[in-house]
Amino acid sequence: MNGSAHFRMRLRGILRKEVLQILRDPSSILLAIVMPMVMLFLFGYGVSLDAENVPIAVVTGDRSPAARELAARFSLSRYFKSHTTTSMAAAEKAMTEGTVEGIVHLQQGFSSDLATRRQAKVQVIVNGIDANRARLVLGYAGGVLEKWGAVRRSRGEPAAVPAVVIRPRIWFNAAADSRNFLVPGLITLIMTLIGVLLTALVVAREWERGTMEAILVTPIRRLDLLLGKVLPYYVLGMLGMVLSVVVGMYLFGVPFRGSFAALFLLSSLFMLASMGFGLFVSAAIRTQFAAAQISILAGFLPALFLSGLLFDLQSTPRFIQIISHIVPARYFVSISHTLFMAGDVWSVLLPNALALTFMAVLFIALAYRKITKRLEG
Amino acid sequence: MHALRRIVALMKKEFLMILKDPRSRFIIIGPPLIQFFVFGYAATYDLKNVSYAALDESKTAESRQLLSRFDGSENFKRVKTLLSDREINTVIDREDARLVLHIGPEFARRIHSGRPATVQVIVDGRNSNVALIALGYINTIVSKYSEDLAEDSKVARRGPGLVLVSRSWFNRNLQSRWFIVSALGGIISMVVVMILTSLSVAREREFGTFDQLLVAPFTPGEILLGKSLPGMLFGLMDALIFCAGAVYWFGVPFRGTVAALITVLACFIVAIVGVGLLVSSLSVTMQQALLGSFVFMMPSVVLSGFATPIENMPQWLQLATHLNPIRYIIKALREVFLEGADVHMLWPQIWPLIIMAAVMLPAAGWLFRHRAQ
Repeated sequence: MNGSAHFRMRLRGILRKEVLQILRDPSSILLAIVMPMVMLFLFGYGVSLDAENVPIAVVTGDRSPAARELAARFSLSRYFKSHTTTSMAAAEKAMTEGTVEGIVHLQQGFSSDLATRRQAKVQVIVNGIDANRARLVLGYAGGVLEKWGAVRRSRGEPAAVPAVVIRPRIWFNAAADSRNFLVPGLITLIMTLIGVLLTALVVAREWERGTMEAILVTPIRRLDLLLGKVLPYYVLGMLGMVLSVVVGMYLFGVPFRGSFAALFLLSSLFMLASMGFGLFVSAAIRTQFAAAQISILAGFLPALFLSGLLFDLQSTPRFIQIISHIVPARYFVSISHTLFMAGDVWSVLLPNALALTFMAVLFIALAYRKITKRLEG
Repeated sequence: MHALRRIVALMKKEFLMILKDPRSRFIIIGPPLIQFFVFGYAATYDLKNVSYAALDESKTAESRQLLSRFDGSENFKRVKTLLSDREINTVIDREDARLVLHIGPEFARRIHSGRPATVQVIVDGRNSNVALIALGYINTIVSKYSEDLAEDSKVARRGPGLVLVSRSWFNRNLQSRWFIVSALGGIISMVVVMILTSLSVAREREFGTFDQLLVAPFTPGEILLGKSLPGMLFGLMDALIFCAGAVYWFGVPFRGTVAALITVLACFIVAIVGVGLLVSSLSVTMQQALLGSFVFMMPSVVLSGFATPIENMPQWLQLATHLNPIRYIIKALREVFLEGADVHMLWPQIWPLIIMAAVMLPAAGWLFRHRAQ
């Protein structure tokens, strides 16, 4: 037999062992197949940043037809579920108890201001605990006012035209549906989970259980061992990715405007970078407990917080932005957002792909160095 | 008396297990602390320095005035000045800027003739939340500009303007960092506790020391108690450190009572220890324990209201979140920090946690005995 036949034989042997190990432990299948489905389902149906039917109290201290009409406009809006009351105290009590999230106050004299003054003021009080939601609510309230002004003008009643109006257009996601942005990000999270967490355990487990010694006495070489660990989990991770993309597209109607070839290529890079990191941690630390902790704290949580998946990176302080450059998920979130919503924009994809390639090579090389065939660390 | 001594002995062993290994000793304090600070800075919905490109076809004093208001705002940063509308496409596609303000040639003329002048805003919707918030900021700046024009009588006005005067309770400047950081400590300490406790039994099983534990003169209840107390102590300690960090480092106001904070945290940690032990007694290997705790943690963090409001979920899912222990601690922490809650006000969040702890711990004990045989 020549060298390459030997190599093939060794590789087949170790691959067989790893695949059997995956298939026999339901927990890794659970993580690769069931978990992505559960998460997609939750993100697709459950999680949304778009507020609708926000409960508010409309306090009309003014009983004029104009005030009543404006109050009715608030109850007609799909963004609000309004309760009209005349007592500010009752509204404030409801707000303290959390039954309403905002108060629209049409003060006494609203209609006379409207008839005689240059300005008529509408007070809106919001619960600021969830600042993001409070901002959206204020925006919606402004929208209701604007529309009412337009309706009044169309009836020939006096209402000033705002000197400047904005005409917004949101590209790639015209309805600003947060699902279109959350689902592609979620795929990053799922792949990180498989890539980092599962692989972090695999080498450490061999050391901890003492089976590494059994492997060390076989003719298996370092490269075989590495490939044997990488390939099965790579397949598992890509399976999770494909499943997520299919469900995202067909069940949740998330648009996919890029090419599948680009998706396959770039997600492979990301998968390799994540697995490289996981294997490196695993080989360097050698106990499952610590490897798991590190992979969660340094792999999974940064992928959630420092990747731009949920929180905007560009608004964070500079040092956070610098740290985020060592998080592989950051590059893949940008890639998947672009692929799903904008298409194959290579000027965005290419720099990210380069960074991922660099990280994949770096981590896999580090892991290769750390997987020694010696007993002493 | 004897039982107490045995539990103390077991606890000592558990503490030694965690503390003797420098790596696991470090893991309990070091990374969670780093996480707390890094994520505390990273996790915000407020936008700063949103990069924008300006296309000013009007080139008048009015249009420059409007743009200077954007340049003067800390929320926006001009990265490019475009010369033609053909450039808009590439600027957005390549993510050079997140939005383009397009002021048409008619801008100043329309203002002076009393017709509404329009500013077209093209926003990159890849991050829909950023797009919406940025539009909100733009709206504020533009309406203010409009009102100022009217106030200075630069434009003729037919009728009164409608002005929205806003005020927000509990968080005057609408800083979303308060919202996130007040609850962040709960999430991170939960991760620490879950991992500590879920691995505690599984590790003994995998090493084979579990059998030794069973033949030692301990009752299953005592083993469980000895295994859960260190997790509770470390969890509570971490959580309290994070709360102190939220107040003294991030400047989140603490308006409630310390008693309320400790009570609700203790109840939460006990409930989470229950979940952790449940996962631990169900799993044979450490890998299963770890993945099991992830299967619990991921969905329950998503459905906790930590990052996205529960109110935005469909009704059936909102009902389901009542089974989620994290939901209660998130709400409770925000109430203690921002609304100034005391134990009495927190009671609606405390009792579900007590019930969960009362169900989880015995269930773990039962499973533990059941699987041990």
